[in-house]
Amino acid sequence: MNHVPEQGVTVSRRGFLVTTAAAGLGFSLGFRIPDAHAAAQAAADEINAWVVIHPDDTVVIRIARSEMGQGTLTGLAQLVAEELECDWSKVTTEYPTPGQNVARDRVWGDFSTGGSRGIRGSQDYVRKGGAAAREMLIRAAAEAWQVPPAECSARDSVITHNPSGRTVSFGKVAAAAAKLAPPAEVTLKAPSEWRLIGQPVKRLDTVDKLTGKQIYGTDLKLPGMLNAAIRACPVFGGKVATFDAAKVTALPGVRKVVQVDDTAMAVVADTWWQAKTALDALPVTWDEGPNKDVSSESISAFLDEGLAGGNAFTGNSNGDLAAGQAEVAKTVEAVYSYPFQNHATMEPMNATALWTEQKCEVWCPTQNGEAALAAASAAAGLPVEQCDVHKLHLGGGFGRRGAFHDYVAQAVSIAKQIPGTPVKLVWSREEDMAQGRYHPITKARLTGGLDRDGNLVNLHVRISGQSILAAVMPARLKDGADVVTFQGLLPEGDHAISYTVPNLLVEHAMRNTHVPPGFWRGVNINQNAIYTECFMDELAEAAGVDALEFRRRLMANHPKSLAVLEAVARQAGWGTPAGDGIHRGLAVCKAFGSHIAACAEVSVDGAGKLTVHRIVAATDPGHVVNPQQVEAQVEGSFVYGLSAMLYGECTVKDGRIVESNFHQYPSLRIAEMPKVEVIVMPSGGFWGGVGEPTIAVAAPAVLNAIYRATGTRVRHLPLKHHKLRAA
Amino acid sequence: MARLNVNGKVVDVEVDPSTPLLWVLREQLGLTGTKYGCGIAQCGSCTVHVDGAAVRACVLPVSALDESKAIVTIEGLSPDGTHPVQQAWLELDVPQCGYCQAGMIMASAALLASNPRPSDADIDAGITNICRCGTFNRVRRGIHLAATKIA
Repeated sequence: MNHVPEQGVTVSRRGFLVTTAAAGLGFSLGFRIPDAHAAAQAAADEINAWVVIHPDDTVVIRIARSEMGQGTLTGLAQLVAEELECDWSKVTTEYPTPGQNVARDRVWGDFSTGGSRGIRGSQDYVRKGGAAAREMLIRAAAEAWQVPPAECSARDSVITHNPSGRTVSFGKVAAAAAKLAPPAEVTLKAPSEWRLIGQPVKRLDTVDKLTGKQIYGTDLKLPGMLNAAIRACPVFGGKVATFDAAKVTALPGVRKVVQVDDTAMAVVADTWWQAKTALDALPVTWDEGPNKDVSSESISAFLDEGLAGGNAFTGNSNGDLAAGQAEVAKTVEAVYSYPFQNHATMEPMNATALWTEQKCEVWCPTQNGEAALAAASAAAGLPVEQCDVHKLHLGGGFGRRGAFHDYVAQAVSIAKQIPGTPVKLVWSREEDMAQGRYHPITKARLTGGLDRDGNLVNLHVRISGQSILAAVMPARLKDGADVVTFQGLLPEGDHAISYTVPNLLVEHAMRNTHVPPGFWRGVNINQNAIYTECFMDELAEAAGVDALEFRRRLMANHPKSLAVLEAVARQAGWGTPAGDGIHRGLAVCKAFGSHIAACAEVSVDGAGKLTVHRIVAATDPGHVVNPQQVEAQVEGSFVYGLSAMLYGECTVKDGRIVESNFHQYPSLRIAEMPKVEVIVMPSGGFWGGVGEPTIAVAAPAVLNAIYRATGTRVRHLPLKHHKLRAA
Repeated sequence: MARLNVNGKVVDVEVDPSTPLLWVLREQLGLTGTKYGCGIAQCGSCTVHVDGAAVRACVLPVSALDESKAIVTIEGLSPDGTHPVQQAWLELDVPQCGYCQAGMIMASAALLASNPRPSDADIDAGITNICRCGTFNRVRRGIHLAATKIA
């Protein structure tokens, strides 16, 4: 019930990879990665899969998850280094390739980087990897000295024989350690012994981002490489009908006009600008298929049917609403809605592919290297052993590059039509906006029943709208139901509801549209927390009870969620005057295993202009690896969450997405950015995620404050459609 | 054909004169630090300096330039990554994914060149780049910190 699938790897895919690896099919690895991530094969100085130590004491820590800005590269390295007892100043990192993972029996585990799982999903085995390497290094030194290993210890990349005071550096014994058998068992340090975990160390990947040296997928240049621009049928499910390649083949730089599967046209040219210029001039007609008349209005009506009644899946249920009705003295009902949104990573989708009859290689930004490998293999028509993927730093991911490797398949399909020549495919921003995997669209009707003392006795949440799993991973549906739809409203687990209500029913009437949904940073907590937290404020007002006190009464069984809520209320000064014209709003949630809360302070001027002055945000992720990176993620989550709240909407007309670029799909800018005070309050004993949870509380805290400032309840996002003051 | 003055060097480039400077930098000159984000001067990822002013290179055709116009890209901002803005960014760990940061740094450096002690309001008005990761508060602190290094 409470298990939220990891993004991007389907069961069948994983089974395929494991089977392949178990069959022991070796393959040649052609490493030509033109960036800092050097080849990651079993070298002489590889202590184990996670740790390589060179004779000069340089420590290379292997990172399986993808860095997309969230700091996982640094955090995972801290976890390994903590147990390894190495000198942090000597640490560098590298990515193993998905092909190597297959060849080595998936020694690096899961490559999927989503669901705020980078740290919490791998902390145990990466720390054990560090600890095992330390034990092997100590044993190698002890054998050289002919002393018992138990008399030796390691710290800062130096092994000391404690009785004699003799020392040797890791680099001197690494080659000998690499030949030893790994220990059968290792004991991990207790949290009280941590020296690096919990420290606000600097990121390992900053310097090259300041000088232009960092190579992203769009920056890649291979010898002889050509460049491709692409346009797919703008109506989802449509196909190419006709095109007239002759009109553009003579344009400057054009090498080839290619059809990509049956859905898209691409132009390959010497430069991308030439390719894009020719593509814009290419006459194409589309067979738009059965969805060409779908509009935002028709989708809205379709979702309204789901709100009205009929069958629905149950996500959470306790008590009995009908029986509880006897106690209800006052009923509150409201309908909320949340639109389609594009991830809008700053770096558009892109991939570079080189195809021959023997081999296919891909260089790309991906949140899941193994899923990218599967996509490459399928598009290449070559077995996975003859393919590999070289991961590059992502210019943003936000879920777009995890479960969906449409851009990889396209690049391979193009490269396959020009064998032996590497081709870099880069989407234009317009293509990126038109071919998203959008935040699912939903509506919700919430009905609450208060008893005569203002206590919430009945709560009915009926959600109508898209299921991500039905579109992306139908195998993960349970008897047809999509449990992910209920994030933030579930009875238990990482996305449990933070309240105990005597009679509760949470339902989902699944209404899937032709617009493809995807995992979008925060996924379904984004709208579920708005629905729940804004409605809690509506209920509190109806009950005549302070919004914090109203929540407290329902949170006795949720002490960790209550603790973060109390923390933001205290620091923000809830219950005390906020300053002239400034009003506060609260929100709390449990998401991705962490407890988060926010208190926003806003004002709305006479013309209806909103200013978010200050947000106090608290996070309890159990354990914290790097508090300054937690702060960065919390601050960034407000940018993503408030951009969505203010502006984020993709509308549909004639079956296609209307908004084509940032002029129609704005994003928060620095002038709109509130001051954010981050309270990191790890209570220990569990590992929660950090990259996504705070998005849940960003919008509802601000919306609740807006209501107090203006008396306007905004229930339908985005805010740009609402006048906050009467003209 | 275009003659450009990029990072202190005059270069001749075989290119259609309507080509935006961004693509000449990235594809003809190999200066890929300057990024493509939107192509319509909305996001600022392509920000470079032309005669010291922050300019969005994605909408500037090279026909509008000649060797008298000094273009500076992120690669030419400082010889060794030690411009005060770069130093401040390093101290505060400003970048997340980093894709927009070359543009953000170039916009910030241009702001500081014209206004060595910008107020928060000056920063609000002068920095209009989009960052989807959400580094804005560290960008703001970074500009203030860089100002102290310039002084």
